Amino acid sequence: MIKIADLHRSFGGQTVLRGVSLSVADKELIAIIGESGGGKSVLLRHLIGLLKPDRGTVQVEGEDITTLTGRKLDRIREKFGVVFQGGALFDSFTVYDNIAFPLKEKTKLPKQEIHERVEEALEDVGLKGMESKYPAEISGGMKKRVALARALITEPKIVLFDEPTTGLDPIMLHAIHKLITDTHRKYGFTGVMISHDIPEIFHVADRIAFLYRGVIELVGTPREIRTSSDPVVRQFIRGSLRGPIEIV
Amino acid sequence: MIEKFLRATGSWAISILRRMGHMFLFLLRSIYYIFVPPFKFRLLLREIRFIGTKSMTVILLMGSFTGMVLALQIFYTLRKVGSEAMLGPAVAISLIRELGPVLSALTITGRAGSALAAEIGIMRISEQIDALTAMALSPIRYLIVPKMVAAVIVFPLLAAIYDVIGIFGGYFVGVKLLGLSAGTYFSQMKHFIVMEDITIGMYKALTFGVLVLWICCYKGFYTGYGAEGVSKATTEAVVMSSVLILVSDYVLGAFFI
Ligand SMILES: Nc1ncnc2c1ncn2[C@@H]1O[C@H](COP(=O)(O)OP(=O)(O)OP(=O)(O)O)[C@@H](O)[C@H]1O
Ligand SMILES: [Mg+2]
Repeated sequence: MIKIADLHRSFGGQTVLRGVSLSVADKELIAIIGESGGGKSVLLRHLIGLLKPDRGTVQVEGEDITTLTGRKLDRIREKFGVVFQGGALFDSFTVYDNIAFPLKEKTKLPKQEIHERVEEALEDVGLKGMESKYPAEISGGMKKRVALARALITEPKIVLFDEPTTGLDPIMLHAIHKLITDTHRKYGFTGVMISHDIPEIFHVADRIAFLYRGVIELVGTPREIRTSSDPVVRQFIRGSLRGPIEIV
Repeated sequence: MIEKFLRATGSWAISILRRMGHMFLFLLRSIYYIFVPPFKFRLLLREIRFIGTKSMTVILLMGSFTGMVLALQIFYTLRKVGSEAMLGPAVAISLIRELGPVLSALTITGRAGSALAAEIGIMRISEQIDALTAMALSPIRYLIVPKMVAAVIVFPLLAAIYDVIGIFGGYFVGVKLLGLSAGTYFSQMKHFIVMEDITIGMYKALTFGVLVLWICCYKGFYTGYGAEGVSKATTEAVVMSSVLILVSDYVLGAFFI
């Protein structure tokens, strides 16, 4: 479904990605873990053509999107739903209008049906009664959930999540993970999810990829990751201060 | 030594040219989306309200005082040559050809242009523009085009209001305070003002509208990161717009009309 090959990207003098290769199978939910500032968000932005690589390719359903522009790229983008790290909610719109926006703009659904779907989505993310609030008036965790609802409302084939659960309380974290897995089971999207939630993410993702120093250090099932003998991986999932990863 | 100097000048010139090209492409893209449906009328109305309706108070205030000051100054000059009767036309022509379009454009830049640049800049740094792009929706169509079209409608209208209110401000000073007869003030105006004065004023207002929105939208759209980036973009947008209003006013006046 998505095939990243030898992706390189640097900003000015700083090299962020130095040869990332990763394949995501159809309907798979893969999680990317890695250091803060390690380039996870940068990698995700390449998957939808918001950034162009210095070298390497990103294939979505067999088409290399790094060379596409304009309408052709838009056709690919229409398959995606994206949850941005900061939510990226439109701050001049209410919660309701934010969630309804993709349906209003991208589909020809009648108003009544849009309304029903938005109400349902609001209920799913536990935000009923918040319809008329503006993004500035809700908490960080609520923003995350609105962003999630907005990304899933069009039932996209591929969903990119950039830390959808960071900053949520433990109960809400599990609720959102459950929502993601339920939706995944129901619509069967292909998902790429960046997460810092170790160990919870092990119960959600089909596979885990560990991004370290600009390459995928290891990719495997949660079980393989947990039992890995790679010292870097071991240190990272345990969060210990001592080990090969240096803290600056 | 000379080589070094030439190289520095050259790379400076190239970077200026490249930036100008980038700005020009931005304008062309915006113009393209003006004519390609779907059109976003609701967003257009919102922008007209923001750029136009909400600028009314300050335009009325500025316009009336401009007219009053103008009448005061011109009256003393005219009295020296004994032709106070010309006060009406002098005030009206200055306003209609020059001051109305220029000062209203500067006022809107200060009130709305800076806000627009900041709004777009914040949308950029909070990834809202990326979110639109990721939904395969053109940010130019949703953010820039409604503002540009609104400016084309609003700038001439506000300039016209500025003119009218300024003329009445002049009337107040000239007739009520300085004792000119009301009939003279208006009838002389009718004699001396021709349609061309008005069209020139309107062309200017139109040009300023496109120019200001182009600069402010561009600066916001390609803002730097963080609060600092946005504040820098806003400042640059206002300074550059104000300078270009005056420069283009001269260029238009001297070479085209
Ligand atoms: N547009 C940009 N211009 C310059 N540098 C950038 C840009 N975007 C990202 N970077 C740099 O790339 C690096 C990786 O950033 P990225 O946002 O991908 O980290 P991350 O892995 O998502 O971290 P976190 O878990 O904290 O979100 C950072 O050092 C950042 O400074
Ligand atoms: Mg990130």
